[in-house]
Amino acid sequence: MTGIKQTPLYASHVRAGARMVEFAGWSMPLNYGSQLDEHHAVRGRAGAFDVSHMTIVDVSGADAERYLRYVFANDVGRLQVGKDGHCQALYSCMLREDGGVLDDLIVYRLAKSEYRVVVNAATREKDLDWLVGLSGGYSLEILERPDLAMIAVQGPHARELVAVAYENEGALLALQAFWAFRDDDALIARTGYTGEDGFEIILPADRAEELWAALQSLDITACGLGARDTLRLEAGLNLYGLDMDETVSPLECGLRWTVRMKSERDFIGRDALEGQLANGVSLQQSGLILKGKGVLRAGYVVRTAEGEGVVSSGTFSPTLARSIALARIPVGSSGECEVIIRDRANEARIVTPPFVRNGQIKIEH
Amino acid sequence: MSEIPAELRYTKEHEWVREHDDGTLVLGVTDHAQVSLGDLVFVELPENDTAVEAGNACAVVESVKAASDVYLPLSGTIVEKNDALEDAPELVNSDPYGDGWLLRFKPDTPAQLEELLGCDDYERFIAELND
Repeated sequence: MTGIKQTPLYASHVRAGARMVEFAGWSMPLNYGSQLDEHHAVRGRAGAFDVSHMTIVDVSGADAERYLRYVFANDVGRLQVGKDGHCQALYSCMLREDGGVLDDLIVYRLAKSEYRVVVNAATREKDLDWLVGLSGGYSLEILERPDLAMIAVQGPHARELVAVAYENEGALLALQAFWAFRDDDALIARTGYTGEDGFEIILPADRAEELWAALQSLDITACGLGARDTLRLEAGLNLYGLDMDETVSPLECGLRWTVRMKSERDFIGRDALEGQLANGVSLQQSGLILKGKGVLRAGYVVRTAEGEGVVSSGTFSPTLARSIALARIPVGSSGECEVIIRDRANEARIVTPPFVRNGQIKIEH
Repeated sequence: MSEIPAELRYTKEHEWVREHDDGTLVLGVTDHAQVSLGDLVFVELPENDTAVEAGNACAVVESVKAASDVYLPLSGTIVEKNDALEDAPELVNSDPYGDGWLLRFKPDTPAQLEELLGCDDYERFIAELND
């Protein structure tokens, strides 16, 4: 039996006085003092996150593309093969036969037959078993990469600050969204989970402390899981395990756009989704903003004019200074609703996420 | 290390109590509590003249993480609440024993204050929690 895992940056976090918590079997920083301050630092300037707990799996070989086009709901066939160290990435779900979501992930096409997949920490074993279990009969290799660390730097000034640390500054700054660049042994991608611009950097574990220290010296604020959650929820980004799980279809949790059905491509879950579309989907994902004081939390019942739904994840939005949530509610719901908090009905408004993007409030407030 | 002022009294629910000049008592939550709660975003306080039995909840402090009840350790009547917390709940985090006070109450039986924990006992209590 293994004990709690530590990322390559564990010692740095402890030295910085982080409040450490267990998350998906890892000891992670919840905050370094104030998660609200960390949140504002990302929206206003730049913050850095240790996301080395995420699971990185490389899939390569002659059948890699064919295999991943079958296993993922989004189509990796659309990923361009970049030149001179450039790679394209996309966001996808991995589905069960019945259309339920096994996980969400980002996949990078490193080369024609070489892909890097980043899945969640909590779903590591399930995902690896699933991927390996389906790989029989394909010519490919599936290799987990626990030797790699991952650091996200997010915020309006993140990219320019990070680029300074690398030789290929120009190439990095020219990256488009969802494109990545290989600089020596680092993969730097213009992706993120905060609704701000920035990079996510995958690099050898033994180089992580050096990069983390370099980022700190540029006054980039160290940010923990607490800020990570308030930022992603403001950005309207799902959290696997709350906003969706194996009992939820991508059509019910705002991820219809990640499922690619234009071509004849067969993928796991396709038939089920086509059936759901034909029969009509009864639930939709919406955003909620609470009118008064209080905090919306996962599991709270939502009452709309169209019927009852549930809060899938909620928090306090530091940017809006109100509580916000993502909820699964009857299709067609709009306007006002009520959320039951500790046996009392509280007024909330149904909105279309995102709540905040690039530092700007996107909903009526 | 948690700050635990010597002149205050404490409870196992991580509240502190201070004697006010006029015999009323001021109540707040301890440094240990505010660290464990994280950034506070809302505080719900009782209205003046509310009578509360010992051990009953009299306020709620809500952080991003969770909502926590605050209990009145002695039976009494609320005489004042800290209105500053309406717009600045973070005062509880930044100054839990000073500007982050929650409320002031008139105890029914002032002598019961002696039954609360002293600072050494509270320090020992939280040390044992962490073991």
